[in-house]
Parts: sequence; structure tokens; C-alpha cells
Amino acid sequence: MPTSEIKESDKIYKIINARLLIEHEIVENAYLWFQNGKIIHPQNLFFSARRDADEIIDAKGLLVVPGFIDTQINGSYGIDFADYEEPVEVLQKNIDKVAKGLLQYGCTAFCPTVVSSAAEVYQKVLPLLNHRKGSATGGAEILGAHVEGPFISVLKKGAHKQAVFKDAKNGIKDFDEVYGPELLKGNKAVSIITMAPEIDGVCDAIPDLVARGITISMGHSACRIAEAEEAVTKGANSITHLFNAMQAFHHRDPGLIGVLGACDLPIPETSVGHPAPSSTSPDRKRPDPRPFYGLICDGVHVHPNSIRMAYYSHPTGAVLVTDTLSAAGLPSGIYQLGGSEVEVVEDGAAYIKGTTTLAGSTITIVQCIRNFRKFTNCPLVEAIEAATLHPARLLGIEDRKGTLNVGGDADLVFLDDTNGDIAVKRVFVAGEEVKL
Amino acid sequence: MRLVIRDDYDEVTNYVANYVKERIRQFNPTTENPFVIGLPTGSSPVSVYKVLVEMYKAGEINFENVVTFNMDEYVGLPRDHPESYHSFMWKNLFMHVNIKPENVHILDGNAPDLDEECKKFEAEIARVGGIELFLGGIGPDGHIAFNEPGSSLTSRTRVKTLAYETIIANARFFDGDVSKVPKLALTVGVATVMDAREVLVIITGAHKAIALANCIEGGVNHMWTVSAIQMHPKGLIVCDEDATLELHVKTVKYFKSIEHVHQSLIGPENLSLQGGVKQLRKVVVSSRSQTPLNGPYEE
Repeated sequence: MPTSEIKESDKIYKIINARLLIEHEIVENAYLWFQNGKIIHPQNLFFSARRDADEIIDAKGLLVVPGFIDTQINGSYGIDFADYEEPVEVLQKNIDKVAKGLLQYGCTAFCPTVVSSAAEVYQKVLPLLNHRKGSATGGAEILGAHVEGPFISVLKKGAHKQAVFKDAKNGIKDFDEVYGPELLKGNKAVSIITMAPEIDGVCDAIPDLVARGITISMGHSACRIAEAEEAVTKGANSITHLFNAMQAFHHRDPGLIGVLGACDLPIPETSVGHPAPSSTSPDRKRPDPRPFYGLICDGVHVHPNSIRMAYYSHPTGAVLVTDTLSAAGLPSGIYQLGGSEVEVVEDGAAYIKGTTTLAGSTITIVQCIRNFRKFTNCPLVEAIEAATLHPARLLGIEDRKGTLNVGGDADLVFLDDTNGDIAVKRVFVAGEEVKL
Repeated sequence: MRLVIRDDYDEVTNYVANYVKERIRQFNPTTENPFVIGLPTGSSPVSVYKVLVEMYKAGEINFENVVTFNMDEYVGLPRDHPESYHSFMWKNLFMHVNIKPENVHILDGNAPDLDEECKKFEAEIARVGGIELFLGGIGPDGHIAFNEPGSSLTSRTRVKTLAYETIIANARFFDGDVSKVPKLALTVGVATVMDAREVLVIITGAHKAIALANCIEGGVNHMWTVSAIQMHPKGLIVCDEDATLELHVKTVKYFKSIEHVHQSLIGPENLSLQGGVKQLRKVVVSSRSQTPLNGPYEE
């Protein structure tokens, strides 16, 4: 094919000298090809279309992994996804700013998280957070919104304002009323709903919501183990920031945390949306019926020992989240955020000014991976999968995200993993390199 | 025929890879005059390809103007099936090096007219000026490519039904299940290979010993089709010690001594890659005195 006839969109890229994370292993002497933002198998192109790589990318020995996915992030750079007072154009620009800023940490896809709010806020804000493909200049891909609340427990409200909390006595009608017409678009607009199983009507509404393709996550809940397991059988496949905003573990009623020890939940028919089997699964060969669970690995929200215990009881379910608040990405100082004065200190921790009350995390996803690996002493591959493959599986999108298999989106991170640490060196979104 | 004997499989691999590298380098291929090479598949050449890939990565070899013709391909197997010879060549060589897709020729086992496909293949070989060097292996039954015992020694590219022994030998690539191995294949003929300007056959392992013995110590015989190499002006067999187990001791000693003589008497500087000899090494001035009884021998 003469070079002059190749369109930019048809260009085939070949990554050489890379170590690739493929099928749970780091392989050398393999190459990655992508075209039109998708990872391809070039063999048929070579023999049939007589095409070879148009551009060679030399990874110089770096470790190439799928782009990181953050399923819980409230904002950054002073921007909160629940802000609604400014005009739509300003809100849109703010969202773009966060999407662009996340790329440097290797985060190529995320679920903008909106804390419990009134209906008017969702009507205004959710349309701006619809699924949107990523690009090197436009920012990380927006998978869809993560609405955390308002169908949650006043007993475990955390920093949410309880005045807007609701119950679901009218089933899915209540959900549509609060979240607005965007909810009808299912996972094109709303990827995840965090809700408390013990709230009236919530459990019964789960199948209707799951039918729209939405991932149901249990959190901000005071539920007991029986209520949690019932929610799982109805279709809830995730726990929001395990350990935080839920009952503490009690040996006779382990509550939501205790779901990790569940042994007689029904085995799922399909592997979509369920963790892969591990040596701790009820059935070692079929998908794990236990849900995925988010972990905030800043070492502050959860004690490292707790992270380790959760991981070893259910390794394939771990999903790393940042749950950052708007102060993330800002230099240390004092900020007005969500009506309070928040102080961001040198090491990145954010406190309500003058107190030791955590106002949220300011951690980055790559730092989460470092900490997770340090706390659990797990292999590097598993730490990276907790931020790539597992969140993709949680959302049922592992065919295109969180993987370097053929057919996946070409969202790539080049890591320098010498000296036992990892550093983000290059980032690609939909096949375009990001200028770091 | 040259017979180069090396200690083990790895030495054979390195010898062959270096030979190919040097042949290409000395040929100095260009776009108008590419280096045309015939390539085999199987466990013998796998390691050779590995070494060639390493050489490519070290910048020692360039495939830009190399044109390849593979020996064979199964009939009816999807081209991207993991055990097709297209997949084999892609995985072991083509995906690693800078060969141009349009310079690669592998028979299409799924062509609508198999005879036409074979004729086209022969025509393409002729069009590029014939094959400069044909690499090959040998089956335990002495076959070259899929030219099973009984194949005409003047045969050209055609469809062949595989012999039972070959199917058994290949079953290891199909989960050990003989029923999964394709029964038909397209293959270059014996004469197609022997038409190349040079033929290099790689023969390693004790299980190939009987085949090697029959092919070089027996007569030219269509039951051992590699024996056709006896009629080739530039045949080269590279084998390991194990493959010589069924040869006469005299044969082995002779070919080993050739290399020894070349080293001491001729010297690598006077020896061309393909075995041509320029002259003997310059010998040191003799201390013999010149007398009427000794001839006026000028040093």
C-alpha cells in the first residue's frame, strides 16, 4: 500500500522493547499493535492487506500496562463534580480540567462521583457527566457518573448532608424522580449507584436498575450481613470504599464487611460483572459470587493491616479508588470547599481546618497502587490489576478497558518499575500520546 | 555436498543463523536485486529464527530487501489458526523483524483453486529470479517439505496427502490428537527446492539419524526425498552429533577432517562462505637447503 494513501486514522503503531502485562503476566519479547485507538492483532493485516507498522514506538524496556481506571473520584483542582451553581459552560470547562489533569497519573478512564444532592443538582449536573470517549487533548474517558447517595443511611453519612437523603418506597420511580431523565439512559449516563441495602425499597429496586446496565454498589450503610447478602443476590456486585461509612466488623454480625467471607451466595451464570475465581472463592473454577470492593489506599482512611486482610480474603475483588475531594491536585494551603475551610498539608492529607477530621483524600491512583502493593506485599501484576482489570470487570467493560488484549482501547501507561517502585513515564489515551 | 557436523542443537542453530546472516550480507541485496530465501517451519528452524531475531535487534542483519518463500502450508486450516504455518512464521520471525509484507510468500491453503495457487507460487518464484538459498529440515522418513516417500524427485509445487508418520509427528502441535491434524497440504516440490542456487538442510537429533544415513549414503531415491540433494551443485547439510549415529564412521571422519584441513592448510582468509578455495595458505620459508639433489623449488 503506497504510503501516500494511508489516512491518519489507519496508521498502525507498533510498540517494541516493551514488557507487557498480558493475561496476568509480564511478558517480554512481545509487541503491542494498535490502530484507530484500538489494540489489534496485526497478523491478518500483514498477510491479507500487506500492512506493516507505520510508526514504531520504542518503549526502551519500560513496563506497558493498561490505563488506570478510577471508579470513585469527587473532584480535583478545586473542582467538585457536585458543584451546580455556576453556568453550564463553566461546569463543563471544570469537568474537562479534571479529565485532563488525571492523565499525568496514568488515569485514562474515571467515574466522576457526585455526593448526595437534591434533585435539581442531579438534573443539572448528570447530563454533563455522560459517557464520553477520552483523547490526549480532551482528557481521560468519562465512563459515566458514580452517584453516591442519596439512598443511604443517616447513620453512616460521612461528610454527606443528610437533609437530601431519601428512601425508595416507590421503587425505581423514586430513583427516576431524584436522578432525573438521565437515569433512563442507564450506564451511558450513570455507571454506578452507591446505596444502602437496608433503606426502604432499595433492595427491591436493584433488579430494575441492574436491567438498565447500572452497577449497584453497597455503601454508606449500617446494614447487617443478611441484608447485604440479600442485596448481592438481587444484583449488587460492589461495595463502596470498604471499611469506611459502614458498620465496623463484629464477629457475630460482620455486616457489609462480612460479605467478603460469604460462602453460599448463588454462583453467577456469567463472569460479566463478577470477580474471577481465586483460591479463596466458593467455587475455584466459576466466577466469584462475592462483590468487588473499593479500597482507599492512602494509609489514612484504612489501616494497612485492614487492607491486607481484605485482600487476602478476596484478592480478585479488590478495586483501588482515590475518592479524592476537590482539594486534590492543589498545592498545600487553605481552601473553601463545600462550605468548610479545608487545609491541605504537605504530605497531601486534607483536614477540616484546625481539626484532625479528614475531609477526604488527595491521593493519586498511581500512589494507590504503590501503597496497595506495599501494604499487601502482593505481586506488582496484582496491584496493577486492582486499578485496571478489576474496575473494568466491575463495570462489565473488560473487553475494551483494563486490558491489553486485542479489541481493547489503546489506553496505555508506560511505567518505570526499577528499584521496586513505579513511575508513570508515558500515557496514551485512545491511541494518542499525552503530552506530560 | 558439504556436511557440517556440530556438537549439539545449539551449535547447529548458531552455525545456520550465522551462515544466513553472512550470505545476506555478502549478497548485499537491494530493492531491484533482493535476497530470495526459502524458509521451513517446525522445531528445527524455530531456534534459528530466534537467533536471527536477536541478530536483527542487535542491528547485525537487515530484512528490508529479503524476499521469502515458505515451503508449505496446511490445506483447509484458517490462516490465523494458531497452528497454521502463517501463524508460525508470524510469531517466530515476521512480527519481530523489518521484513516487508509484500516480500513474504506463503501458500494459501484456503485458495478457491489449489492447483492455480500452486502454479501462481511457482510463477512468482520465477518472476523474482529464483531462490538464492533454500533452508529446509528433514522428516523422520527423509522427506523434504511435505514431499513424502514416493514423491517424484522432479515434482513442483502441488497438493499432497500427508503420510501417517508425518501426521503422527505433527500431532504434538494439535493437542496430541491425530484427528485434528490436517490431512492435506500444499508444498513446494523436490525440484522446486533443488532449483534454488543453494540448499541448506538442518538435521538434528537421533531420531533423524536413519533418515540422514539414507539420504547421503544411500542412492538418490524417491523414498527418501532429501536424497535429491546429492544431485545439487551446492548442497549443504548442517547436523549435530546425534544425527550422525547411523552414518559410517568413515563418512563422519571424512567430513570432520575437511574442516580441519580448511582451517590449517587453507585458512579462513582464503575460504569463501560457500566453500570456494582461492589458494593455499602462504607457507613459511622452508629451512631445507638447496642442493643439486633437491629440485630448484622456489618458495
